Amino acid sequence: MIEVKNISKSFEGQMVLQDISTTFEKGKTNLIIGQSGSGKTVLKCCIGLLEPDKGEVVFDGNNFSGLKEKNKKKIRQEMGVLFQGGALFDSYTVEENVMFPLNMFTKMTLEEKHNRVNEVLKHVNIINANNKYPSEISGGMIKRVAIARAIALNPKYLFCDEPNSGLDPKTAELIDQLISQLTESFDMTTVINTHDMNSVLQIGEKVAYIHKGELWWEGDKHNILNTDNTELNDFVFATELTRRVKR
Amino acid sequence: MKILTNVGDYVMVILQAFKKPDKGAVFRRQLLIDLRQLGETSIGVVAIISIFFGTIIAIQMAYNIDNPLVPKTSIGFGTRQMIILEFAPTIISLILVGKVGSNIASEIGTMRVTEQIDALKVMGINPANYLILPKITAAMLYNPVLIVFSMGLGLLGGWFSMLLTGLIPTDAYIEGLRSWYDPFTLTYALIKTEVFAFIIASVSGYKGYTVKGGSVEVGKSSTDAVVICTILIVFFDLILTQMFLT
Repeated sequence: MIEVKNISKSFEGQMVLQDISTTFEKGKTNLIIGQSGSGKTVLKCCIGLLEPDKGEVVFDGNNFSGLKEKNKKKIRQEMGVLFQGGALFDSYTVEENVMFPLNMFTKMTLEEKHNRVNEVLKHVNIINANNKYPSEISGGMIKRVAIARAIALNPKYLFCDEPNSGLDPKTAELIDQLISQLTESFDMTTVINTHDMNSVLQIGEKVAYIHKGELWWEGDKHNILNTDNTELNDFVFATELTRRVKR
Repeated sequence: MKILTNVGDYVMVILQAFKKPDKGAVFRRQLLIDLRQLGETSIGVVAIISIFFGTIIAIQMAYNIDNPLVPKTSIGFGTRQMIILEFAPTIISLILVGKVGSNIASEIGTMRVTEQIDALKVMGINPANYLILPKITAAMLYNPVLIVFSMGLGLLGGWFSMLLTGLIPTDAYIEGLRSWYDPFTLTYALIKTEVFAFIIASVSGYKGYTVKGGSVEVGKSSTDAVVICTILIVFFDLILTQMFLT
């Protein structure tokens, strides 16, 4: 479980997060939705790419925010992160990308590493692409390889930043399902920053809505459509399609 | 004030880069990749430029020392001194700024804007160490090789020009090359080369590492890296020359 406690963050005097407190539960897909920037900031504070001005992020009882960089290492190795664009290393093949954390943090033999790479690539349905470079595969495959790299070390926590951005609806749905399945089978605490309402309705076991830098609403995919929260309704039913669905 | 901030940032990044690598085997592998990418791929351009410059320097030397009172061997001597003292270490380093420096800045800058550096950081890896240290090491190992290679080809180019133009007999040119040789000139040239190699790799690495924004900023950081490295190389050339040769 990840606890976010009273986090505030501002950039050049502009408050982006104000006293956010929430919990991300183990074995569930936890979604952060809201205005552009706010969800990403929460995510970056959780993974340590940003230091909150105030408050703390606690991973299973360990206060991550208060630790020195050297001591954060252990928790970092229990995290898998899927970045918005995949963030695969351009100069490495698919196999080398997935093998990278294994090379850095394990003492596995080459054969063990190969087996592990093939195992996680199979989990994300990537077959016969081990020797391809990121520039030679599609956007959906890049996301799946990035997921494979993120889960290579069996992480306890998986963070995803807009996993569906830039993907066609069908591939986006497959990525959602994949993340949901992996969360369940690996019993991870998954936190997803998204603007995609399809994802919210499909895999949102817990949804946190951030509005004007504050936590405005918390719930799940079942009660988000029936909320009487005006701001959340404006966000959820912002498109003609979702308005029609509601009608 | 901004310059001081940048110098401070540069020192911080380089201190991060010089920490002990997370894993020796990974560092060695990255070093081999960088030796190939930064060093081996520069051989061609260094060879072409060195031969042509050697030729030009020898011809200009012959043109300027066209005096019956000055021995013909001075052409070989002057060409050698110019190539060893200045052309090979400084001009080739300036050319490497354009090739290697811009390559480093744009590669690391692209990794920054595509979140690859963030990916390294969240894995618990020191990105500055992983990305910049092998490049600095590769540059400092390979640049002296390139510079000595350039010296040889430059002197050979001079010999070719004498052979083709007949300005002086090649025997006189070779005798000039072998006259009044002070081994310290080579030491001085190699010290300069190491300092310039460090400047090229570290400044370009820093410029790429601290990029913020998108592709336009990556391009700008690459240009900035080239400009800053060029100025620093000329500046340190003056300082080192003053230190060692006066």
